[in-house]
Amino acid sequence: MSPVPTEPPTLSEYRRGEQSITLAPVEEQLVGVRGETTDELFTLNFGPHHPATHGVLRLLVTLQGEVVRDIKPIIGYVHTGIEKTAEDKAYWKVIPVVERMDYLSYYFNAMAFCGAVERLLEVEVPSRGQYLRVIHLELNRIASHLIWLGTSALDLGASSIFLYCLRERELILDLFEMSSGQRMHTRYFQVGGVIEDIPGGFEPKLREFLKVMPARADEYGAILNSNEIVLQRLRGTCPLDAETLLGLGVTGPLLRAAGNPWDLRKATPYSSYDHFDFKIPVGTVGDNYDRFAVRLAEIYESVHIIEQALDGLPEGPYITEDRKVALPPRHELATSMEALIYHFKLVTEGFRVPPGEIYNPIESPRGELACYVRSDGSSKPARVHMRDPSFVNLQALAHMSRGSYIADMIATTAMLDPILGGIDR
Amino acid sequence: MPDATGLELLAAELGDAALETVYFREQATLVVDPAKIRTVLAALRAKGYSFLASVHGVDYYPEEPRLGVLYELLDMSKLDRLTIKLRVPIDAPRVESVTTDWPTADHQEREVYDMFGVVFEGHRDLRRILMPEDYEGHPQRRDFPVGGEPVLFTRDEAKWLERRE
Repeated sequence: MSPVPTEPPTLSEYRRGEQSITLAPVEEQLVGVRGETTDELFTLNFGPHHPATHGVLRLLVTLQGEVVRDIKPIIGYVHTGIEKTAEDKAYWKVIPVVERMDYLSYYFNAMAFCGAVERLLEVEVPSRGQYLRVIHLELNRIASHLIWLGTSALDLGASSIFLYCLRERELILDLFEMSSGQRMHTRYFQVGGVIEDIPGGFEPKLREFLKVMPARADEYGAILNSNEIVLQRLRGTCPLDAETLLGLGVTGPLLRAAGNPWDLRKATPYSSYDHFDFKIPVGTVGDNYDRFAVRLAEIYESVHIIEQALDGLPEGPYITEDRKVALPPRHELATSMEALIYHFKLVTEGFRVPPGEIYNPIESPRGELACYVRSDGSSKPARVHMRDPSFVNLQALAHMSRGSYIADMIATTAMLDPILGGIDR
Repeated sequence: MPDATGLELLAAELGDAALETVYFREQATLVVDPAKIRTVLAALRAKGYSFLASVHGVDYYPEEPRLGVLYELLDMSKLDRLTIKLRVPIDAPRVESVTTDWPTADHQEREVYDMFGVVFEGHRDLRRILMPEDYEGHPQRRDFPVGGEPVLFTRDEAKWLERRE
């Protein structure tokens, strides 16, 4: 239990305005009945099944009146042992299991894992494969941010935004279905590239989406930025400075909202990100409004990246020609004995990876997502670990919310954007 | 990444705390003495590696010492990454906690404890984090079988009750 601070919490604009409403007549009647309750600490069990926790997250909240004094997150409710399962599967069969960790950014999980294995194998991804990866990663980033925006707005009482956001996400899922046959957990990324080239109708449909999306994002910004209730709940609530955030290991939009422009796509470019011109949105004070504004601005930047990737999409193979890693094309199986042997080896045993350890970080919609893979030389990984940004960022929730109202804690949880599938793995 | 020479220089500076250097696929790894992990990390922080990106465990079964803990350090201004690795034996898996210097290690050390049974001395709240609190064993160890845990289905309930009696 944390000690009770002596000074009262600072009031937001909204709360100060509220003070003009007096409850004195009511309180007079309660004299003697109520007693001194303001110093008493009260523990509230929040979740695991609560719509505002964005998943199966349980928070033990210590309250003093309506003010949050401490938060202890309790996690593990959706722990499914994916890291353990991965050790029992051939490398290429691990991709669908790791995709299910952070279920809103499946392309990123696959990218972190495939990137790690490619570095172990020293396989070069052809540039068309890299560009196709960037297109899908950024589409996925937009989809993930749309779900975040919709559910967060729902928490703040702006329920219509949720429906709008899901409408746009549907367009993205349709595109994913076109390129891979699946809407979620697509298994599109393979070790060495992507499984298939984009089909004929993909490009015009994507261009149509790229035209629609910025206009729709303008609408969301206009709706929420002119909503007084949303603004009062976001502006100035639960700020945290960049120094503390770095100590807590927080990365991604939360860190950028506090003014630190750290983005792995710029800092250590992977998958041809250095070919594209884009900006990194940063905030100034690091309050909930900045966190909201940074993510909304990232949607525009992602659209900009996809436009450039689509315009400059190089011709050539989309997956490595190394037959020891990637499946041979279907037509070769009928004519080439060698292709048939490679196909058989890959499908039955999988490929063997030289022994070693790799930590491969990428920038997911929530921060640094890294995959650690240890190979012992066999066709199954000896250890797969995901450094999931939600898992690390969750530690900042208590630091952000201490001393604020419980209603602001709800907004902060929403702006933290935790995905419990990624936290519990 | 520090290159191979830079890694050797770094190891030389740390003296006998550094046991081994590994430079593999452009990733620099420094194997250090488990007893000196805090001083090593403090020395590296002074050199600019001020961000602890990740703490995670690994089981090197059947090699000895079996358990490993990895600290992924990052220098944001030089865009440099460095992996610090330590190995502890399975019968005395004790490492000093680094949570006082690096608050981010809190949840991650708890995960390593939960999954591998490495005890972090000085951690204020070392409990299981992902598995239930009354769980026995450390599931990410290599000798812990997949599917080793019996699951109670309704159809087997009678059998279970019988066996319990």
